[in-house]
Amino acid sequence: MSVLVDDDTRVVVQGITGGEGKFHAEQMMEYGTNVVAGAVPGKGGQEAAGVPVYDTVHEAVEEENADTSVIFVPPAFAGDAVFESLDSDLDLAVAITEGIPTQDMARVNKRLSETDTRLIGPNCPGLITPGEAKLGILPGNIFSEGNVGLVSRSGTLTYQVVDSLTNRGIGQTTAIGIGGDPIIGTDFVDALELFEDDPDTDAIVMCGEIGGEDEEEAAAFIDDYVDTPVAGFIAGRTAPPGKRMGHAGAIVSGSGTGTAESKINALNDAGVPVGDTPAEVADHIEEFLA
Amino acid sequence: MAMKLHEYQAKQVFADAGIPTPESQLASDVDGAVTAAEEIGYPVAIKAQVQVGGRGKAGGIKLVEDEDEARDAADEILGMDLKGYHVDRVLVEEAVDFTNELYVGITMDRGEGKPVAMVSKKGGVNIEEVAEEDPDAIAREHIDPAFGMHPYQARKAVYDAGIDQSIARDVSSVLTTLYQLWDDRDGSDAEINPLMVTSDDEVIAADAVMNIDEDALFRQPELAEMEEEAAGGDELEQKADEYDFDYVRLSGNVGIIGNGAGLVMTTLDLVDHYGGEPANFLDVGGGAKAARIANALDMVFSDDNVDSVVFNIFGGITRGDEVARGINEALEQFDEIPKPVVVRLAGTNWEEGMEILNEDLVTVEQTLESAVQRAVEYAGEVNEQ
Repeated sequence: MSVLVDDDTRVVVQGITGGEGKFHAEQMMEYGTNVVAGAVPGKGGQEAAGVPVYDTVHEAVEEENADTSVIFVPPAFAGDAVFESLDSDLDLAVAITEGIPTQDMARVNKRLSETDTRLIGPNCPGLITPGEAKLGILPGNIFSEGNVGLVSRSGTLTYQVVDSLTNRGIGQTTAIGIGGDPIIGTDFVDALELFEDDPDTDAIVMCGEIGGEDEEEAAAFIDDYVDTPVAGFIAGRTAPPGKRMGHAGAIVSGSGTGTAESKINALNDAGVPVGDTPAEVADHIEEFLA
Repeated sequence: MAMKLHEYQAKQVFADAGIPTPESQLASDVDGAVTAAEEIGYPVAIKAQVQVGGRGKAGGIKLVEDEDEARDAADEILGMDLKGYHVDRVLVEEAVDFTNELYVGITMDRGEGKPVAMVSKKGGVNIEEVAEEDPDAIAREHIDPAFGMHPYQARKAVYDAGIDQSIARDVSSVLTTLYQLWDDRDGSDAEINPLMVTSDDEVIAADAVMNIDEDALFRQPELAEMEEEAAGGDELEQKADEYDFDYVRLSGNVGIIGNGAGLVMTTLDLVDHYGGEPANFLDVGGGAKAARIANALDMVFSDDNVDSVVFNIFGGITRGDEVARGINEALEQFDEIPKPVVVRLAGTNWEEGMEILNEDLVTVEQTLESAVQRAVEYAGEVNEQ
């Protein structure tokens, strides 16, 4: 079992004729993902990465029964590409693109409230159900099948934590990178809810970072609704206020909101242990599963 | 990331849109400042054009009554170091005789994923402090980005803030224009603090903040042109801009290079955890090739405070072999390695990377934790010498 993605997922890749889109479409297929089509305006009728390309996502849905989109469209056009996926009756859209203007995402966010399509990202590595399928750019070889759900705002930090788990023989149901932008689709609360409802997920890792209040909201949600044990990690304890740490969303504002301390306290208050190091997170998960 | 316009740039943008601003001129030397003051007519304010908060308290804003005072003030402010920023220009501005100071601003509420308009009678002070101590003093109105700000919303925010009837219409007009600008220009924050009210009930923008979403500069060519002038930061941060790195300089002595914001932040935290002090945040991004890796090392070596370097790569789309080549390339040009470098490679092609890496030049560690510990040790040894 898993959440959101498995080997039945039928994927259309938006931007499949670009360098990144083509490379990662092939990588996804190699991992076992059922990529059924590409969508690129003006490239309809061609073939890329061994699948047919359509001009619109609608056509890919109609002709190939795609139910999920992975978006590798350059930032200037990515907001529009996300709108297209949301308007195409898909179950899931995954936006990998980094650098989408925030105002475009505010409009996307508005549309999200009106559609049944779930969005992951943008500015995220995607998600993976080990042994079945991956959507995005995560390196499949570090993941292994198992019973731990993982949700993270950061890509490479996810790999680091997964590595610590895999080294101890602890595998994952699904790992979701929700992205490091200020406005994202699926957030911690959404992902926690999915894992809580998944009978095969026996423990959850949640990797947050400074900026915003998503981790605090997640802590409140865990306190009220989550019975599955959760271990946390928060990046950016040493980040000075007012300096953005790479991710557009990773900034402690001048008034002191979004600090690591506030997030760690909130999680601890909800009974979630927070590791000082990625290895300590794996220690906690090991204890939960023992 | 936001590109911050200077006050004089933001005021120009506001004035062009029809928001009342005081008469002002930019000057880069004392004579120019005095000439500007004479033309505008005393009293004038002389204001340092640097992008730091609290300019007034730090001595970067002076009110002057005559030529002697103007000369002294311009002489003092031009060339001064204001919280680490060199002042090379001042704005000479008509001093507004005000009876009241208000606040109006537009920003993105990331929690709601919507813009929010804010109005307060408590202008002229740090609005973040007001937000903390007296949150009810700020009226907030969330805006649906698909519709924009409805006229009633501007009125509602103004009335909710308790603004006097006599100026309500003018303040809501300024707020409407400010939202329009924020929306048209891809603002991340647009703010007037204070919006001054004069004795004859006129409103005038005495300060101006306009921060632009850097990710949207591609469709804001006029503002992108202002970026060059707006660019700030110290020499190292400018170098990072040239190399196109996400870089933040900090005060410690352990240099840090990694890929991915979350992992680099974590590496910083671990340096602190093991008793060291991070010198910087440097994210090479995804898929870095050898040349970029070499640039990253050059960047960190350029910081005199750095005593050791930890290089932590967990490859997803970044390949270990490229990283190793870049490290070799950067280090082989030295007869003696300037600062000890600890390398930890994991993920895509890490084994190929380890074969390529010249281990005479670096210390290799297998785990993130041990790599950081080793770099902290090295930095500590340098300090003892």
